Parts: sequence; C-alpha cells; structure tokens
Amino acid sequence: MTKDECKQVVINIIADIAPDEDLSSLKPDLRLRDQLELDSMDFLDIVMELRKQHGIEVPEADYPQLASLDSCAEYLTPKFAALGK
Amino acid sequence: MSAVAADEGGNAPNQEQQHYDVAIIGAGMSGLAAGIRLAHFGKRVCLFERHNAIGGLNSFYSLGGRKYDVGLHAVTNFVRPGVKGTPLTKLLRQLRIDREEFALCEQRQSRVSFGPSGEHTLKFSNDLALLESEVAREFPAQIDGFRALVAAVRRYDDVSLDAPQVSAREIVGRHITDPLLTDMLFCPVMYYGSASAGDMDFGQFAIMFKALFFEGFARPLDGVRVILRVLLGKYRAAGGQRRMKCGVRKIICRGGRAAALLLDSGEEVTATHVLSSAGAPETFAMIENEAGGEGERGGADRRPGQALAASATPLARAGGHSFVETITVLEEQPDELGWGEDTIVFFNDSERFHYGCPEAQVDVRSGVICFPNNFAYPDGQNLSEGFVRLTCLANPQRWFGLPEERYRADKQRWFTEIEKSARRFLPPLGAGSLAERAVATDMFTPRTIHKYTGHANGAIYGSPEKIRSGRTPLANLYLCGTDQGFLGIIGAMLSGISMANFHILQGSRS
Repeated sequence: MTKDECKQVVINIIADIAPDEDLSSLKPDLRLRDQLELDSMDFLDIVMELRKQHGIEVPEADYPQLASLDSCAEYLTPKFAALGK
Repeated sequence: MSAVAADEGGNAPNQEQQHYDVAIIGAGMSGLAAGIRLAHFGKRVCLFERHNAIGGLNSFYSLGGRKYDVGLHAVTNFVRPGVKGTPLTKLLRQLRIDREEFALCEQRQSRVSFGPSGEHTLKFSNDLALLESEVAREFPAQIDGFRALVAAVRRYDDVSLDAPQVSAREIVGRHITDPLLTDMLFCPVMYYGSASAGDMDFGQFAIMFKALFFEGFARPLDGVRVILRVLLGKYRAAGGQRRMKCGVRKIICRGGRAAALLLDSGEEVTATHVLSSAGAPETFAMIENEAGGEGERGGADRRPGQALAASATPLARAGGHSFVETITVLEEQPDELGWGEDTIVFFNDSERFHYGCPEAQVDVRSGVICFPNNFAYPDGQNLSEGFVRLTCLANPQRWFGLPEERYRADKQRWFTEIEKSARRFLPPLGAGSLAERAVATDMFTPRTIHKYTGHANGAIYGSPEKIRSGRTPLANLYLCGTDQGFLGIIGAMLSGISMANFHILQGSRS
C-alpha cells in the first residue's frame, strides 16, 4: 500500500465516522483536529475502525502519530506492509 | 444450576452460547445505544429486557387502536444540520446514524407561564435569542445577570465523568437575584430532568439548560418509535442479540465480580462485562453474593444482596418524586380549537415554584402541557388527531398499594383536577370539559411507570445522586442510563455510548 492509498484509508474511515464533515480539501500536513471538528470519541473510533476494517492495532501511546494525514501515512504504511498489504 | 430454555428468537442456546462479552440489562435508549457500539466493534452482546417492548422509559404502546408514546414530549438537544460538537451530533456519529433517519421536526414555540393565570410569561424556541429578548422584556433589571448565567452554563464541561457536585441554586443566585425569574428558569429544567427536589446539581442544571435553551425541542412525526426503530435496526445489523420478556433477576457475585446473571427464565448466563440500565439502587438490589466461593469474606457477605445494597445506599437512593400524566385525544388539532401554536407550556400558579414529592397524590400547582401536534412537520403533515399531554408531580407512595377500585377512582379524580389546573394557562375554549370533546383518554401514574420499567418509586429521573463514572462495587459491572447522569433521550443514548466506550471498548483491545 502506498502512502497515498494509506491516506485514503484514513479519509474513508473519517467519512464513515463523520459524514457531516467536508473532507474534499483536507491538507495532509495539517493536524486533522485543526481542520475538522473531531473530538476524542471520534479519534477513538478512527483507531477502532482501523482494527476492525484492516486488523491494524494502534496502541494508545501512538495516538499522536495519527495527528495529520501525513503522519498517519508515515505511521500506518509500515503496519499495512507488515500485514502484506 | 444452569437451565437451558428456548430464547425468544426461537433458538435453543447451548451452554457454550451462554457466555457473552457483554450482557446489557434493559433495552431502553441507553442499553440499545451501548449495544450498537459494542456489537459494531465485534463484541458478542446480548440485551436482556423484561418487558415485551423496547424503549424503557421512552417506549410506546397501543390502546384502543391508537398508538401512544409512553413519555415523550419532545426530543431535547435538537440542533440544525451543520451545528457540531453537541450531544445530538456526537450521538449520530458514534452510532453511525444519518440525521435524516431520526426525521426530527422542530418545535413551533414554547413558554414558561407563572402566576395564578399565567401573568408572567417567557416564550422560548430553538433560538436562544427569543428567550434572551423575553427575559429583557419581562425582567429588564436581570438581563445582564441572565447573560452571565448563559456564559457560565456555556463554559461548564458537562461531559466530565468526575465533576464535583455543586448547588445550581447557589450558582444561578450569583447571577440572577429575582426569585420569579430564577423559578421560571428552574421550572422547565427541573421538570425535564431533575431527580432531586428543590435544588439540583449545577452539572445537571447545565446539561438540561443547554438541552432545552441552547439546543431545543424536536419530534419525529411518528414519535419515539421512529427513533427506536432506527436503534433496533442498527443493533441487529451489527449482530447484537436480544432476549425480550426475559429480565435479569439476580447478579451473582463471586470475588468482587459479576460472575453470572440469573434470568427470569431460570437460566444462568455469564458475561465478561455487565452493563446495567436498570438504575443504581435497582441494580444493587439484584446483586447476590454466592456462598461457598473461595476468598469470600464470610458470613455477613452471604446474605442475599443486603450487604452490598446497604453499603451502596448512600450512593443510590431511589428518587423520591414521580409524575402523573394525562393524555387526551381530540378530533381537532389543538390550534384549530383555539389553543394557539405552543408546543410545550411549563406552568406554575404559586408565588414560589415547588419541585419535589408532594404531600398529596398529585401537585397541580405546577405542571407541563405538551401538544405533540405543534411541531413543524414537513409538507403540512400532522398527527391525524389532536393530542394534549398534561404532566404534574406525584407522590409515588400514595399511588402504590391502593386497591384497584380506589386506584381507578383516584386516577379519574386527578384527571379532572389536572385538566382544570392546566387550562388556566391556555386560551379559554368556552364551556365544557375536555372530556366531553375527547375521543380517547389515558393516564399514567408512578405505579404504571414502576410496573413497566421496574424503576423504584416509578421515578422517571432515577436517583438524586448520579454515578457519573458508572462504576459499581463490582469490578465488571457498570451503570448506564438515568442514574449515570446524562439526561433526556439523547442523554440516555450518550450515556450508553460513553459507558461502553469508557469501560469496555477503550479498556479491552482484543
């Protein structure tokens, strides 16, 4: 999975969790929290959907790695690779 | 000890199937919402509900060919599309519900009317500006204080699970000095959510103040069943199981944990986690320490339920007051009759507003009038008949234990008294009682509520002391719903969601 595909995975999850957010102009280098109205419940859901849909575990200590789309891609791409995706 | 019986779904569960990741006691709003979250994330969940219908305190029923909502006046916490970060939007996201599915239609307008025949009025709508202008008109000297109170409520973090309790009267009193205005603000807030008499925790006040005045009232045309249908659909689709007409009789405790649940059917099931929406005192009363387990503390603990129930008492008193509600069905729409467009009217005839358990069976000095017809339903749709719901405070003890004949006679007597009292606050319709115009009537009392929900004292708002953390003396037993402390229908669902997240989904990653 490329980094761009990985970002798309995250965007798809956010679209699922927060269908009332406009995701068309997300800047990959900015914090998601600064561009979208996402609270801690929503972030928990991103983590849980990653596990449910893709079998990826994100330990609580690593939550800050999910701050922006770029950091998500950096952090998640190797995890997808490790699963052979 | 475990008996195997056919469940309501027709499956005969074998012993292997009797273990759940999570067992939820009660299929009301909070239990269903918790169940959706847990099932969505792969937990094996089962809801146990003693009644034959879902919804708990917000259920529905049919009588004489008509469908009635049990208690719903209005869904509070309504915000329009695009408003984010409020309880309604959090709930929709957490349960993956499209807001169109709830089909919420906004109220027209409501008011608080005080004085022997409603001399003082504050109108309000789903736009806080109306209430603010009404306060400025009726209480010009208090408007700055009112604005300061609004700011204090806005600042209050009402989702904190460990906020200390503070007196709402004291905090409101810092900003508002006119007792009439104070009472007019407390009246709707207390009627729509206070389990305590006279005063309430400021946290609870802030939750309700936001729910009523910052956000607002709405209703689906077909009432609460629309919301319940959506919840049940989501729960089923996520793979959640439910057992109807099968309550939990006992929570069997071993080594400080809820080790098993004894069902009404006599079966015993086990669950890694137990989430109870039955209420705090009601849940504690179900706990039974089983004798003979290793590491038990001995004799005193073996008395069924008593020790734990007693030790938990300071945390879990049953609510002292309840309500009666009359429902009158009319051929005409209320506005065509000449009653105007009010959706909800909160009234009080006395110098001060008294909220709590009355001495008599019912206190008709104050109450709530609800016209479910007066919501802005789309395309000129409306309910096919007119509905009037009148609610007053009631003393549960004076309703329980009456012989059937006396109970019926008392209901009839109060039905008339409540109507007489409430009509002082509505435009006159000419002579004649509503009963003469009515095509159907019904009435619930604290006894009805207790019968169908099992809530002690028939207390709709549960225990005066809320357990925000949801924790109980048993490590794997948690509370959700009314006694956890989020209020209203939306609050009830959020309670189930928060408790499922906090205790089960965040904690266990397997």
